[in-house]
Amino acid sequence: MSKLVRTIGWLLYAPILIFGFYVIMHGHLTPGGGFQGGAVVASGFALLIVAYGAKGAGLKERLLSVVESGGALIFVGLAFLGLGATFFYNFLAAGGGVVFNELVPPGPNPGDLNTAGTLPLMNWAVGLKVLAGLGSIVLLLALFPSEEE
Amino acid sequence: MMDAVVQVVLLVVILGAGFLAIRFKDLLSSVVALAAVSLALSLEFYVLQAPDVAIAEAGIGAGLTTAVFVLALRKTRRKEEER
Repeated sequence: MSKLVRTIGWLLYAPILIFGFYVIMHGHLTPGGGFQGGAVVASGFALLIVAYGAKGAGLKERLLSVVESGGALIFVGLAFLGLGATFFYNFLAAGGGVVFNELVPPGPNPGDLNTAGTLPLMNWAVGLKVLAGLGSIVLLLALFPSEEE
Repeated sequence: MMDAVVQVVLLVVILGAGFLAIRFKDLLSSVVALAAVSLALSLEFYVLQAPDVAIAEAGIGAGLTTAVFVLALRKTRRKEEER
């Protein structure tokens, strides 16, 4: 693409990624979550691929594939870890674990990031899976040889 | 009242951009018009108090499908053929 597109893409890449990871991180407090944040991050990848081409973007097919499978495994693994009570049991919530273990304050509040147990971790798993999946779709489409070549 | 005005404006933008997406002979312009439809649609979702759907629509509709269409255009022809 033209130098204009490449410069703007280079400038916008980091803010798009940061916003996407913010949406994933605050999935249990604000609108959005794993899927939405992952889609935003993947659209940042798509911007880079459109601007710089599949080779110049520096995204690796294998790495994306590993991240996607890892996200799915983390999600199902967290679900199985709660199997002491039930499948998908929130074993980290309300003092049960090390992270995200605080009680949600009662009444209207701005939201505490360190709550909700396994939900933020599952948001991260879904987010990694979605960003790697959608990113690899765009990457493979860009790598596909065109008719004229 | 203000909401109604905003919604009417957004729906007019959606209809106009959708019409332009069909009419353009330059397919890259069509893709950009389609992205404008998605952007107005996500603003409409936000006005209707569904910010969750608005983020998904902005990410998928305006971001990813536009990239997919642009990549597909690069592999094929840019102009629509006259009949």
